[in-house]
Amino acid sequence: MSAPGVQEDVTGRPPVIERRLHPVTPLRRAWAPVAVLMGWAVHDPDGAQRQLTRLTTTTLLVGLGVLIPAAALYGFLSWWFTHFAVTDSELRVRTGLLFRRTAHIRLERIQAIDVTQPLLARVAGVAKLRLDVIGADKKDELAFLGAGEARALRAELLARAAGFAPETAHEVGEAPSRQMLRVPPGVLAVSLLLTAATWVWLLVAAVALPLLWTATHSLWTVLAAGIPMLGAAGASSVGRFVAEYDWTLGESPDGLRIDHGLLDRAQETVPPGRVQTVRLVEPLLWRRRGWVRVELDVAGSSNSLLLPVAPRAMAESVVARVLPGVTVPPPEAFSRPPRGARWCVPVWWRGHGLAVTDAVFASRRGLLRRGLSLVPHAKVQSVRLAQGPWQRAHGVADVHVDTGANATVTARLRPAGEAAALLHAQAERSRTGRRDALPDRWMA
Amino acid sequence: METGSPHDTGTADDAQGTPSPAPAVVPAPDDGAEPVWRALPPGLLTMRRLLLVVWLGLLTLATALVPGLLVGPAWGAFAVLPLALLLWGWVMLERNWRSWRYAERADDLLISRGVLWHEETVVPYGRMQLVEVTSGPVERHFGLASVQLHTAAAATDATIPGLDPAEAERLRDRLTELGEDRSAGL
Repeated sequence: MSAPGVQEDVTGRPPVIERRLHPVTPLRRAWAPVAVLMGWAVHDPDGAQRQLTRLTTTTLLVGLGVLIPAAALYGFLSWWFTHFAVTDSELRVRTGLLFRRTAHIRLERIQAIDVTQPLLARVAGVAKLRLDVIGADKKDELAFLGAGEARALRAELLARAAGFAPETAHEVGEAPSRQMLRVPPGVLAVSLLLTAATWVWLLVAAVALPLLWTATHSLWTVLAAGIPMLGAAGASSVGRFVAEYDWTLGESPDGLRIDHGLLDRAQETVPPGRVQTVRLVEPLLWRRRGWVRVELDVAGSSNSLLLPVAPRAMAESVVARVLPGVTVPPPEAFSRPPRGARWCVPVWWRGHGLAVTDAVFASRRGLLRRGLSLVPHAKVQSVRLAQGPWQRAHGVADVHVDTGANATVTARLRPAGEAAALLHAQAERSRTGRRDALPDRWMA
Repeated sequence: METGSPHDTGTADDAQGTPSPAPAVVPAPDDGAEPVWRALPPGLLTMRRLLLVVWLGLLTLATALVPGLLVGPAWGAFAVLPLALLLWGWVMLERNWRSWRYAERADDLLISRGVLWHEETVVPYGRMQLVEVTSGPVERHFGLASVQLHTAAAATDATIPGLDPAEAERLRDRLTELGEDRSAGL
């Protein structure tokens, strides 16, 4: 940002331009001491009162006179000693005042790039940029950059990661994005009202709180029990609405773009070939409307939602775009566990099912809330077969398929012979499936 | 003694105290044919049995002596419990040791283990991120080493314990070499 330092490279290559974060960065944790004091005061009001009366003007002034400059100095120095630079092949983040730390993040290993703007950052016109790489630390996110600068940096990083020549990378600009889907706020609101979690919490509160009141007649007990319950209900309804508001899914040559948020805005970019697994989740109350939720797993990334709610047909077409060459197998393609499985998993054994196509390993589970997990063969890291004594007695076994995003998809309760054949066939498919996969540098 | 293990391969079922060593043939990489299974060397069984005898033997002595001397000789009969556990463990360790086996195929490594809880793992060489050879102090004393394979998935549980150090190193080098040839990443 300000005062670009120039570092001469020993090998005589063009110098690496080191940059600093946005100058508002030192303020990002300014609220923390205030929050700690507030928390202490709320937690122990009597003690806080006593301490306050003991404070004299001089101690207060001395305290403020020492604390504020010390905090300001720390904030300033940590900002001053944080640099980042984009080189031909990596992003370098240099931080630390006493303990120096340099992270070199290889660009072709990028799994996703997120630009997020918390509410206050939106007011200040700044944004956080985070590179999702396997093993990347929370410390490696660039917070904060100017909003425009963050977008330009993301475009440049994606261009370099895609394999554009380094000289032209910063002129390529943002890849054009085509909107695929936008979730209307009304549909999102209805879908959240049809989510059982909120109602369960409200029901528990409605039953438990009057009981508590009749038992104790203590307002504090009722409040202490009621606030967490209502909080949970709020988080699963209002909280999700705010986070998933205006969910927009776009497609660009740089991969998927996911924009969302009412107060905190987030823009995620997932380059092609980075999605490891996709799950279609169908809660019981959504079934009449034919809605599903689509979740995805990207290695090293914390965001796991692709679509909060969408009609099934639309969701399947999105899945076909996200995982090229994959079609979601129709319900009749799934084979159920054998009848013997009902002694291993009573009733719910009927919900399990498996379908293997040329491109994908698909496993279904659940009777009320149905889930369907898809793993492209090319993403399988290892295959495991597990069989306990009870399962052996009933001639069934589980086959686990592990992917790089630490998501394991399990085909439960397969007939033992089929499971053994599946184990070897799946290993073979995952080995050959990789051959026609996209290269890491998707534009190269 | 009936071991009940379904995987008695390569280890001739001779005298119980001296299980035969693993076959020392280097398997030729075969395509699609029945894999050449290799069993673990007997050192692991010896080590585990020794540890079992040491710990449960001490426990047996303690349960026999402490109540026997403090309360009365009849109370020393409680020592039968750890003793029974010791004998049962002696048999179980061999069953478990016999169930472990691995096979290097042309494109993947197979590991099969467990009698009651049977588990079989297939790891394509191209997915290997790291091969690790470890050997703790007790293992070193018995001349043993374990080979562990890591892929990008943490759930991949591919460890071969109790190998001969030379075999562990051969396996490590071979896996690394094959992994480089077939490297596939995420």
